[in-house]
Amino acid sequence: MIAYIIRRLLYAIPILIGVNLLTFALFFFVNSPDDMARVHLGGKRVTPEAIEKWKQDRGYDKPLLYNPAGAGAGKLTDTIFYRHSLRLFVLEFGRSDNGRNIGYDIRQRMWPSLAIALPIFIVGILAHITFAMLLAFFRGSYLDTAGVVLCVVMMSVSTLFYVIGGQYLVSMLLRLVPVSGYDVGVDAVKFLALPVLVGVVSGIGASTRLYRTLFLEEIGKDYVRTARAKGLSELRVLFRHVLKNAMIPILTGVVVVIPLLFTGSLIMESFFGIPGLGSYTIDAINSQDFAIVRAMVFLGSVLYILGLILTDITYTLVDPRVRLS
Amino acid sequence: MNCPGATRTVLLTVLILFSAAAAASWNNPYPDADAEKNILYSAFRERPKTFDPARAYSSNEYQFIAQIYEPPFQYHYLKRPYTLVPLTASAVPAPIYLDKQGRRLPHNAPVARIAYSVYEIHIRPGIYFQPHPAFARDADGKLQYHALGSSDLTNINAIGDFPQTGTRELTAADYVYQIKRLAHPKLHSPIQSLMNDYIVGLREYADTLKKAYDTIAGGREEGVYLDLAQYPLAGVEEVDRYTYRVKIKGKYPQFLYWMAMPFFAPMAPEADHFFSQPGMAEKNLTLDWYPVGSGAYMLTINNPNRQMVLERNPNYHEELYPAEGEPGDAPAGLLADAGKPLPFIDKVVFSLEKESIPYWNKFLQGYYDRSAVLAESFDQAIRFTGEGDTEVSDAMKQKGIQLLTSVQTSTYYLGFNMLDPLVGGYTERARKLRQAISIAIDFEEQISIFDNGRGIAAQGPLAPGIFGFRDGRAGVNPYVYDWVDGKPQRKPVEYARRLLAEAGYPGGVDPATGRPLMINFETPATGPERKAQLDWMRKQLQKLDIQLVIRATDYNRFQEKMRKGDAQLYDWGWNADYPDPENFLFLLYGPNKKVGHDGENASNYDNPEFNRLFERMKNMDNTPERQAIIDQMVDIARRDAPWVWGVHPKQFILQHDWLFNTKPGQMANNTLKYARLDPKKRAVQRAAWNRPVVWPLAVALAVFVAGAAPAVVNYRRRETGRR
Repeated sequence: MIAYIIRRLLYAIPILIGVNLLTFALFFFVNSPDDMARVHLGGKRVTPEAIEKWKQDRGYDKPLLYNPAGAGAGKLTDTIFYRHSLRLFVLEFGRSDNGRNIGYDIRQRMWPSLAIALPIFIVGILAHITFAMLLAFFRGSYLDTAGVVLCVVMMSVSTLFYVIGGQYLVSMLLRLVPVSGYDVGVDAVKFLALPVLVGVVSGIGASTRLYRTLFLEEIGKDYVRTARAKGLSELRVLFRHVLKNAMIPILTGVVVVIPLLFTGSLIMESFFGIPGLGSYTIDAINSQDFAIVRAMVFLGSVLYILGLILTDITYTLVDPRVRLS
Repeated sequence: MNCPGATRTVLLTVLILFSAAAAASWNNPYPDADAEKNILYSAFRERPKTFDPARAYSSNEYQFIAQIYEPPFQYHYLKRPYTLVPLTASAVPAPIYLDKQGRRLPHNAPVARIAYSVYEIHIRPGIYFQPHPAFARDADGKLQYHALGSSDLTNINAIGDFPQTGTRELTAADYVYQIKRLAHPKLHSPIQSLMNDYIVGLREYADTLKKAYDTIAGGREEGVYLDLAQYPLAGVEEVDRYTYRVKIKGKYPQFLYWMAMPFFAPMAPEADHFFSQPGMAEKNLTLDWYPVGSGAYMLTINNPNRQMVLERNPNYHEELYPAEGEPGDAPAGLLADAGKPLPFIDKVVFSLEKESIPYWNKFLQGYYDRSAVLAESFDQAIRFTGEGDTEVSDAMKQKGIQLLTSVQTSTYYLGFNMLDPLVGGYTERARKLRQAISIAIDFEEQISIFDNGRGIAAQGPLAPGIFGFRDGRAGVNPYVYDWVDGKPQRKPVEYARRLLAEAGYPGGVDPATGRPLMINFETPATGPERKAQLDWMRKQLQKLDIQLVIRATDYNRFQEKMRKGDAQLYDWGWNADYPDPENFLFLLYGPNKKVGHDGENASNYDNPEFNRLFERMKNMDNTPERQAIIDQMVDIARRDAPWVWGVHPKQFILQHDWLFNTKPGQMANNTLKYARLDPKKRAVQRAAWNRPVVWPLAVALAVFVAGAAPAVVNYRRRETGRR
């Protein structure tokens, strides 16, 4: 297995270089270094000299990918791409275009992201699986039909609706928790309760329908009939046997997102005032801060690759038939 | 089902919930212990880019640093027109004029003879900086934190982690140091280029500093300290401990306004050195994020991702609430605190609120003390009276919410590119075409439909509150409006059609092609929310049978088009830096053109007579002669119509009735020190408005149990049946 993991990690290097190149190309296709300078220097009284100085100071006065004036390797190394992207591979994120230490900011902001994403993830999985199990148990009944209709309705509604509706109902009408905000320690609970509730409820529709289908597929199999014939209770059949066998497809979708929990959620963080990495990324895009955008895309890619490797490893744990080679 | 234990637990839980509901507000985002404290609650929408006074130039940055840094002058809080008064200075100085030989000239000397103006500023003794570790000294009197090693910073993550603080008296040297910082090679001050043209020797000074910095840095990127005290600047001189002089080229009365901005606030060299030490920047401990000033407040919590907290500076010097203002100020209660020491509020908590809906909801709950009127909640908050005035809705009145309005010193306009062969130029044909379009675009309608009445239609480039602006009949643009029944009335579309025909486009048809005239409209307004407004714009030109081609693009591309002069009609705006007509009229000054000069004159308007008058007017004092010249300039611009004079927006502020002394204004930014609040009243109101409602939870629980019961019964029946 170790050889497999090492091989997968080595495969990741060209992928990450490709991601970096793509991010770089897309960013500079839309923004020129002059545009970035103008955004950072402000809208008023920006002179060409000030723009040149800003670019020089941050190394954006070089050619993008190839420097014909460079000598030898300098043709490739004396470029914006090389100077700004290579250090990422040792997780040195450098400074944002307005001078802040990106690594420091990421370390500070990943915890609020995690504080909201992790409970949504755990409570969500438990709630969605339980609900799906319930529907599978009452399959074909009025409860199942009503549940499926409810799921379709719920998955058709925008997340934004849940957020605004949740804030209006829970914070404005019932006045149970603050509308938005964040704190650390125990005080965080009252700020996280609503976003977690909204996160879980907004995911019920899609996840429950998927899990229900997976469970129904398993329920029709011979081993389930055998289990029932042995006299096991329906709950035992479902939770002991069906759930275990339905876990492989569930894990495919679930484990891969675990590392990405660090990178946060844009809408939830914006509306609930959570100072996480989701809002960090969108702020950087709005302010055309290439250094942060590049760092966050790189981090997202690394975490996604880790998630995929983790998924593969998990397969071997839940299904003895799967072997990594 | 007999389950007394569970029933008891449920009942107990419900009882606890109801008791707790009666006791406190669960939705309070702040600690309960702060409920009756003298704390103002506000919000910020996006993280400020910098708090360095040499770099900051945005309103969201000034919101904080204007309370912390103290330039020598400030705007009088209540008086209008805006008036400069001393802040740390003992007086607002009159400039001393010198000729080329350095001989003193009389105050009324002709501008042409004035080679230099010298401002001598006396700082009041006894003003101290806020407590800060940069000033902390050890037992030997040495600065304690100015030789930090990497191990010293191990447990330091914020400025409050340094155990010791100190202070020292503010001196003239601190002001001199800051002016020198405008030329620092690493700071990129936005006003350096402008000041190069005025402050004697600043341009050369920037070159000197660049060389010195490169030598000292030796390729290092961090931990480099350039001691500006070692490098004299010709135009700025420290006369004595409390006096400094600034020598500028020629006559430039607006320089005093610049000196009322944070760019000219004092910077303690100790603070600069303290933050330049190795390892500080790595932890984001820089002057960009930790301001060090002498103002009424100091930044004690700086978490731009979540919350910023300003607290009363214990070393703040004596400053009293103003005792005079405008005629309406006393009846409005704005003079009730006259003569009382400032500031009134102990602490100001700014929370990051990126979205407007949560902000508005928290304002209604009493958790923010003030709010702007948002487009989404306009109908909920504001209603129009029979006379067309605005007032708060009944729901807001019941909560005691008050509305304050003022016209902003800003202008949003549509500009013609004067270099364009169709709409540009100075021929009678082009003039009439532009005038016709100016009449057709009904800005009164736009203000009514899209701005909810929050603005007034502009009659020229000058905004109200600026010297030179004329109100009433004298201020009406006669090329677009008639004066009817004591108010301006837009000329009829038929008149505009006639002008169009006289311009050579009868019925909006271009005789060269035989097709309707087509005009391209460049705008950075994109997205579905702006579509209705762009459709409206198209309809305005359809009144003249002119086809408007909307070319919406992102702001970067838009700016690029403006720089290249690749536009016909465009929309843009301007917020005044200072209350002087020069700051608006320079937007139409020829040598300030966008194309070729990269100036702010995006229309590339270049009328020699206008330029000549501008050069005369810009350095004049506010006299009737200056007013006469401004009248001439405005008339030329109206006739040439390089802009469709658009809108001066109106600021609408809502505040709760426990907040006092709010007077809207656009120039002064250091206004928190004047605000006063009644925290007890606020606590009572908040508690009344935010009692938790828990019975729906009990109902939901009952519904859940009732819904689940058949399922449980069904399950049991099935299980029993199987056995």
